[in-house]
Amino acid sequence: MKKLFNFKKRDAKTHHSHEKVGLLSKKHTPENANDPIVSFKNVRIGYKRGNVERVIVDDLNLDIVRGEIFGLVGESGSGKTTVGRSLIRVTNVSKGEILYNGVRISGKISRALSREVKQKIQMIFQDPSASLNDRANVDYIVSEGLRAFHLYEDENDRLEKVEEMMRRVGLRPEHLKRYPHEFSGGQRQRIGIARSMIIKPEFIVADEPISALDVSIRAQVLNLIKEFQKESDLTVMFIAHDLSVVKYISDRIGVIYNGKIVELATAERLFEIPLHPYTKSLLSAVPIPDPRVEKVKKVVVYHPQMHQYTHDDEPQLYEVEPGHFVRANSAELASYKEIIRQGGNK
Amino acid sequence: MQTLEKEKVLEVRDLSVGFISHGKKVNVIRNVTMDVYQGETLAIVGESGSGKSVFTKTFTGMLDANGYISSGSIIFHGEDLAKKTKHEQWKGIRGKRIATIFQDPMTSLNPLLTIGYQIAEVLMLHHGMSMHEAKEEAIKLLEKVRIPDPKGRMNDYPFQYSGGMRQRVVIAIALACRPEILICDEPTTALDVTVQSQILELIKELQKEYKWTTIFITHDLGVVANVADRIAVMYGGQIVEYGTAEDIFYTPQHPYTWALLSSLPQLGTKNEPLTYIKGNPPSFVNEIIGDAFAIRNDYAMRIDHVQDPPMFKISESHYAKTWLLDPRAPKVEKPKIIQNLRERMKQAAIELKREVGE
Repeated sequence: MKKLFNFKKRDAKTHHSHEKVGLLSKKHTPENANDPIVSFKNVRIGYKRGNVERVIVDDLNLDIVRGEIFGLVGESGSGKTTVGRSLIRVTNVSKGEILYNGVRISGKISRALSREVKQKIQMIFQDPSASLNDRANVDYIVSEGLRAFHLYEDENDRLEKVEEMMRRVGLRPEHLKRYPHEFSGGQRQRIGIARSMIIKPEFIVADEPISALDVSIRAQVLNLIKEFQKESDLTVMFIAHDLSVVKYISDRIGVIYNGKIVELATAERLFEIPLHPYTKSLLSAVPIPDPRVEKVKKVVVYHPQMHQYTHDDEPQLYEVEPGHFVRANSAELASYKEIIRQGGNK
Repeated sequence: MQTLEKEKVLEVRDLSVGFISHGKKVNVIRNVTMDVYQGETLAIVGESGSGKSVFTKTFTGMLDANGYISSGSIIFHGEDLAKKTKHEQWKGIRGKRIATIFQDPMTSLNPLLTIGYQIAEVLMLHHGMSMHEAKEEAIKLLEKVRIPDPKGRMNDYPFQYSGGMRQRVVIAIALACRPEILICDEPTTALDVTVQSQILELIKELQKEYKWTTIFITHDLGVVANVADRIAVMYGGQIVEYGTAEDIFYTPQHPYTWALLSSLPQLGTKNEPLTYIKGNPPSFVNEIIGDAFAIRNDYAMRIDHVQDPPMFKISESHYAKTWLLDPRAPKVEKPKIIQNLRERMKQAAIELKREVGE
């Protein structure tokens, strides 16, 4: 049984070397430094049941800039995970398109391109115990990507790369022979990160990577993601439901409600001047570790009916100040602009 | 202090719990002494593996089959719960006078039975109601936990409810018995922040009405600040510090409490790595010598590796189990990040447009 998970020893010469296709690569020049690495254009994602399509995400227009950590925040069922999954081509886009460095990666694409997407965009999952193969040892799990993309020369090189990555995420090379159940939750999440990072992706979708972890371990995993992002010029989409975590780690934050982005701004600005009532409701729920503050806490509950949208005045995502977008109808837009002009709420 | 005048509902004395694993005895709870007072909310905080769940499971006799109480007593209204070994002896206590809410509502509800039946079942068993009466009462209970359209949703199955709603149903079932003690074992860990705050609010409100005692288990100190009157910090099967919520948050004394507090992401500053606790919680397989936290402790002295510290009294309500409080120990400063916790949190509250509290 054990042999199933051992790699056949291969030499560089025996396996035909894959040429780098480079369909998605883009040269860095000062001019295109601010170009989005990923852009969603009018994306709608739905699941079909028979002929009825249930729309999960709609009207998604979003640019993610190279090198940033983009936080995507919303409740369960808001569609945040679906957005992340559409990026790695697990869910299909039913309308609109997703561009990666200007190349369309949604819908029908060539095999070579699809392959490259899989290498460039990697995912870190929420539950480290569910996303690791229980029957495979860590060596197999971590080097699976290397093997799939032929990113090593020979067995020694592969082992070297895997060991290097293990050290990088704070595990020891002797852990390689062990199985996932022998590790704690935090260590398992490190294995998950190592597995994603070893093929040197440019973009990481981190789907609630710390929600299932103890508070004391959360900090370690957050630090690790941040380190990787700094060192390897990584772009990260960080999906979470807790604004306090996202605030620490992200450069920009998008708040998603019921499949639609309702507010989008830099992390600082979103906390300074939250405009959309749903953002305010999320902010009011953030637990603060201070008994006196918490005892007077008033949670704002968001009711979507409060907007009184009519058919001739549908809400849209407007830019109320540079870089700060909010979903509103014309009346709300005017009031939001007024708030911005006065420099804050109240 | 106020707490001293209150009546004790639960007196845990010198409790030790062991498990037999691979033919070896493993001590998971090590000599814990703790009082729980009438009507308070006591929070037990610690990492996974600190023994917090096992500790509270002894109150309802729900230890796994290989677990046993090796010494100590749990006095509940003059009765020693630690002496109960047979299933029948727990009748009238487990579920009725001491009820538990678990972390994952999906696993604690029966997926094949309607919500209405699952609540009615409890009422019939513990209050001897007829099916008809019980169903009427169940609707009232669902209303209490704010399930919209309770009559219509009585006949729904658990999968038709959302995570937050399921947790409300579990609370309704616990309510049905009007327990004296409600143990909440990480009731909000699987939930969204917004839903979490609603559930906490609900538990608090119902507690005011029904006047029960809550024992709240969590690993997240942020959650505890909202609900707890008193906090006990658990590590390596022992309670290492306990006191009122203000004692623990504003004047923590144990290095482990310091570490727990400073690792909260809410305290992080941008572009600086977050502080975290090095290493792993102790494994109980080998006997622990000295202070269990010593190997991970930045403030460990030589004595920490040799001898287990006693509980030192700091004030009437506040106790901590660390050699740092011994008069012979050198004076140490708390980590910078939590020295001005109150100020920082005030600042955070203002940023979030919240009231600061006095």
